[in-house]
Amino acid sequence: MAEKTIAGVIVKVNDEGYFENPAQWTKDMAIAMSSEVGLTLTDKHFAVIDFLRKKFLEGDVLTIRKVGNSGIVDIKEFYQLFPGGPLKLSSKLAGIPKPTSCI
Amino acid sequence: MNTTKEENPLKKVFIICSKGNLEDVYAALVMTNGAVMEGIEAKLFFTFFGLDAITKSQLNKLHTAAVGNPAMRMPGGLPFPTILGIIPGVEAGISLMMKKEMEKLDIPTVKEFLEMIVAGGGVIYACKLAADMFKLKKEDFVDEVSDIITVGQLYEMAGGLGTQIIFV
Repeated sequence: MAEKTIAGVIVKVNDEGYFENPAQWTKDMAIAMSSEVGLTLTDKHFAVIDFLRKKFLEGDVLTIRKVGNSGIVDIKEFYQLFPGGPLKLSSKLAGIPKPTSCI
Repeated sequence: MNTTKEENPLKKVFIICSKGNLEDVYAALVMTNGAVMEGIEAKLFFTFFGLDAITKSQLNKLHTAAVGNPAMRMPGGLPFPTILGIIPGVEAGISLMMKKEMEKLDIPTVKEFLEMIVAGGGVIYACKLAADMFKLKKEDFVDEVSDIITVGQLYEMAGGLGTQIIFV
């Protein structure tokens, strides 16, 4: 566990950079974190991030299939918006824990 | 020599699925999609009975073996006598139960899984030898299949540092 300063606020993150306390997250932090990885967030990115946060706060298990069926993006777009490991990256930028599903 | 995962990350996986039963096909699909989700280049190759998973007329009908499956148990954990598996409908019933349990966990159907893999950048191949043996052509396979390839072409594509070949 470590502390990181994101957008001028000290935030508790775990060893992999995921938020320990999702309630600390703000939009500015997402922007700061995304620029660290060379990603520019658009409205579409935030639509996905909002969806992920909403599902997480409802206690839903996040799967890539759910994102694909969300009506916000399809799976191909999801991979384009968040290159590399999309569910992991978008969860990190959304300030929610690392996804644990195998799907 | 340092061989931590930071210095030698997994870059590519080549997954070969040679079986046509539900659990083995899904094992290959979960592994391939899992790799794609981690940003690892993934290629999936179906051969022999695995071709059922990419054949339009078969992929919705995959079953789990009810006869001679030593790991099969009744719900509740009691042993499942293999003789029960001979009764018509039991194999289909077991397979349906497994599919229902998978659906509860948000595991997609085979077709949807293949679509997800390709949407994420994974590439799917069919084995030429097996296709010739079963008299199948590209039209018999789902659109997600890129090509029918030989074992030589497989090995050409499976090269490179940080590549693993996984056989299911």
